[in-house]
Amino acid sequence: MNLSPLALLLQTLLLLLLAPLLSGVIKNWKAKLQNRRGPPPWQVYFDIAKFLRKDMVISEHASWVFSFAPYVVFLTALLTGLMVPMINTPAPLSLFGGVLAVVGLLALGRFFLALGGLDPASAFGGMGSSREMTIAAIAEPALMLAIFTVAITAGSTDLSRIAESTQGATWKLLNPAHVLAFAALFIVLLAETGRIPVDNPATHLELTMIHEAMLLEYSGRYLAFMEWGASIKQLVLMTLLINVFFPIGLAGPGASAAAFGISLLAYLAKLLALSAAVVVVETTNAKMRLFRAPDLLSAAFVLATLALLSTFLFH
Amino acid sequence: MNEFSATLLTFALGAYVAGMVGALLFQRAERLANVIGFGLATAGGVCGVISFASALATGAATVSRSFELFPSLIPYVRFSIHADALGCFFGLIISLLAVALSIYSLGYARGYYGHKNVGALAALFNALLLATTLVFLADHALFFLIAWEIMALSAYCLVSFEHEHEETRDAGVLYFVMSHIGTACLILGFLLLFQASGSYGFDSFHALGDNMPAGQRNAVFLLFLFGFGVKAGMVPLHIWLPAAHPVAPSNVSALMSGVLIKTGIYGMTRVFFDFMGAPPNWWGVTVLTIGTISAVLGVLFALMEHDLKRLLAYHSIENIGIILMGLGAALMFLHSGHPALASLALIAGLYHTINHAVFKALLFLGAGAILHATHTRNMEEMGGLIKRMPKTAVCFLIGAVAISALPPLNGFVSEWLTYQSLLQGFGTTTSLIRLMFPLSGAMLALTGALAAACFVKAFGITFLAQPRSEHARQAHEAPFTMLLGQGILTAACVFLGLFPALFLKLFDPLTQQLTGQQLSQQLSTANGLVLSGVAAHGGTVSTLGLTLMLLCLLPVPLVLCLLFARRSKTRIAPTWDCGQRGLTPQMEYTATGFSKPIRMIFKTLFRPHREVQREYDFSPYFATTIRFESHVEEVFQTRIYRPLKWLVLRASRRLRALQAGSLQAYLIYIFVTLLLLLLFAL
Repeated sequence: MNLSPLALLLQTLLLLLLAPLLSGVIKNWKAKLQNRRGPPPWQVYFDIAKFLRKDMVISEHASWVFSFAPYVVFLTALLTGLMVPMINTPAPLSLFGGVLAVVGLLALGRFFLALGGLDPASAFGGMGSSREMTIAAIAEPALMLAIFTVAITAGSTDLSRIAESTQGATWKLLNPAHVLAFAALFIVLLAETGRIPVDNPATHLELTMIHEAMLLEYSGRYLAFMEWGASIKQLVLMTLLINVFFPIGLAGPGASAAAFGISLLAYLAKLLALSAAVVVVETTNAKMRLFRAPDLLSAAFVLATLALLSTFLFH
Repeated sequence: MNEFSATLLTFALGAYVAGMVGALLFQRAERLANVIGFGLATAGGVCGVISFASALATGAATVSRSFELFPSLIPYVRFSIHADALGCFFGLIISLLAVALSIYSLGYARGYYGHKNVGALAALFNALLLATTLVFLADHALFFLIAWEIMALSAYCLVSFEHEHEETRDAGVLYFVMSHIGTACLILGFLLLFQASGSYGFDSFHALGDNMPAGQRNAVFLLFLFGFGVKAGMVPLHIWLPAAHPVAPSNVSALMSGVLIKTGIYGMTRVFFDFMGAPPNWWGVTVLTIGTISAVLGVLFALMEHDLKRLLAYHSIENIGIILMGLGAALMFLHSGHPALASLALIAGLYHTINHAVFKALLFLGAGAILHATHTRNMEEMGGLIKRMPKTAVCFLIGAVAISALPPLNGFVSEWLTYQSLLQGFGTTTSLIRLMFPLSGAMLALTGALAAACFVKAFGITFLAQPRSEHARQAHEAPFTMLLGQGILTAACVFLGLFPALFLKLFDPLTQQLTGQQLSQQLSTANGLVLSGVAAHGGTVSTLGLTLMLLCLLPVPLVLCLLFARRSKTRIAPTWDCGQRGLTPQMEYTATGFSKPIRMIFKTLFRPHREVQREYDFSPYFATTIRFESHVEEVFQTRIYRPLKWLVLRASRRLRALQAGSLQAYLIYIFVTLLLLLLFAL
């Protein structure tokens, strides 16, 4: 296992460029499904560029934590992306950490995001931070248990190993453990990326927003990094889901250029399919009351427990 | 332990004794007593760190060393010291904290000048350090118990140091009672061991469990689990901990949460791994279950607190739970015959022990600095301290990140090791019991995420936003010695987090002694920069690598800023106030409000109760004054301890009839007892 600078560079670029597009596609499809025309998928690029250029307004109560948070959120999201296999089974940084480090780094980003929400002394920010940390806390056991199920099967917490072991002859579409763990992780994905039914990414209604409430005081380039970081995090989690459970077409180490091309196409196709699922869930459901969200997440926990039980039963 | 380390160790113990005596002698001159008492404690700590670290670094073969501390004048008691790997490891923890805490105390004790006896504080502090070090090194059951008792008593005196407050006195008594219930169990346990071996020396107890009948062995296990569990503060024996730790002076709180509760962990490790031989499965299952419950309940109760020091005290219960998860898993692996995995789990538990000692002491010192500056422990009266106490804020933030088990700091490393051992434990048996491993792993994840929520609250409400009271507005940065004490521990957090492989070498003699395995080679790859699970391809992590990569990626946003934002300006403006004029601190989110969602979600546990009284002129929606009161039920007190207390009181009221004051009746009692004993002897 050694670090390849080229793979690192390419995956960084892919993460940076693909993440806004994915957010844009989801927004666009959602609009289409609601009979609206919607912004074009590449609109998010323009938004980020605009935010980067804009002047910033910073609260008089804010401290250095407020300015520090956007960088932490952005960089941790980017770094986790380098530990997840995207189009190549050996992820560029899999030596530096597996799935536990991915979860840990995302939590580090969230920690500073929540502090950034509290810093400007606005009640909205505090409310967002409180809710974000709560939702994250109850999503965490389901997330970990679902990951443990695949990690135990693979005998490793290294995501490259997990993808490799699910690949090949042993992979079955309807392996009960995988189906249940996938369902659990899908619910966690909705919660972690702030999607309906847990949070609404489009709302700025005071009493319902979670993620947006923390960003309320951010503007200019800090807002750009926050938004970009959030979309990278979403891409990373979706990649994790598809490449752990459906590693079809994923190129192995030392594959030819053609294989990488096919792998990239397969990756994009899978990503679009998962986005379509997210879009359908978002349009067909209403946002839940905050105190209903634990029910949903405990359902995810139960699904993950069943996944674990089924590895025990079907071995 | 070579001659050099042994000499330094005697120096360390001597410095504590000298500090104790010196501080008492000069108690009239409080400045001198402060410098002598805490200065000598610092010196003792430095000697201890060098002594224990060098002993552990020399490797497995040479680590242990025994010597008589002083010749015994009492039959049955030998004051002998046996510095083996386990003792040295815990000795290292207390010495490290002794250095940082004593330096901090030099500044902190100044706050007591004029109205409290600083000499007594310093003397008791030294006595506590001395007794605790001896607990880790004692080689004889009775000597151990004597040291244990001195430790408990000096801790009691320190908890009650500010005894003019009623809360402090109550907490002191509660601590005293609980501590002695624990000690009673320990005495019974040691008597059972004595019965089996015929000697009180620890050397005769080694692997004794294998020769004991099963019933007796299990009794010993339960007695020591209970006895040491009280000291460690595991659920449900924890109730004294959140009462006693907050009311003590902050340097003492740090010592108690950092080391004192770890004497329970030391005792369990000593007895379960050294004395008891091959454990049956249910021991490990019990310890793992108790650990998991302690971890989750500890953090949940911590979230409900808005007293900063009580919050930290509850987090000690959580972390003791995490440590016990490691120990419990290790016992289960020993049972199933996987010594390498047992070593991994043991290392995970003990690594978390030192990590928790470091970051919890750091956080308590931060809380002490805040208390010093604002004269309150109530978080609802703090806020905005990051601008008034910037250095303390940085130290506290690092401690908060570490305790929330976030990479790249030390809490993450030990929890990573715990996760690895739990995950690999799944393959060690084929029975249904193996589901416990991933499930407790999931509970560990819940604990970690809740701890992060709790420390967002603790740091955010305390340090960020606007000051919520006049006290917080007037706050000032702590003096240099207090900052230095925090700085040492902050550096230790970073070092233990970024270079775990260097530190793991010190565990080799320890695991060699307890499980017969040395793991540091297998645990590190790439020249010690990457930490790896024991199984082949089990997973790797490198906190240093992650940190460096974060720094390598930093140019990405910076270049983007250069490219796009070169001409943008930054304006400082009021926070958005929805068009009202000016935000006041009352409009900020409070600590109670922050934890409200958790309180509602876990309401079956907390049974929250709130009372709102409104006064209004024409409509309830436009109240002129509002009185709000909210509290959660302390389940263990109301459901277990209060009924128990009533039971004891009622039973003693009944027994009072026996003590009627009539001499004839007493003579009959004596006669009957004598008869019964004679019958028993026959």
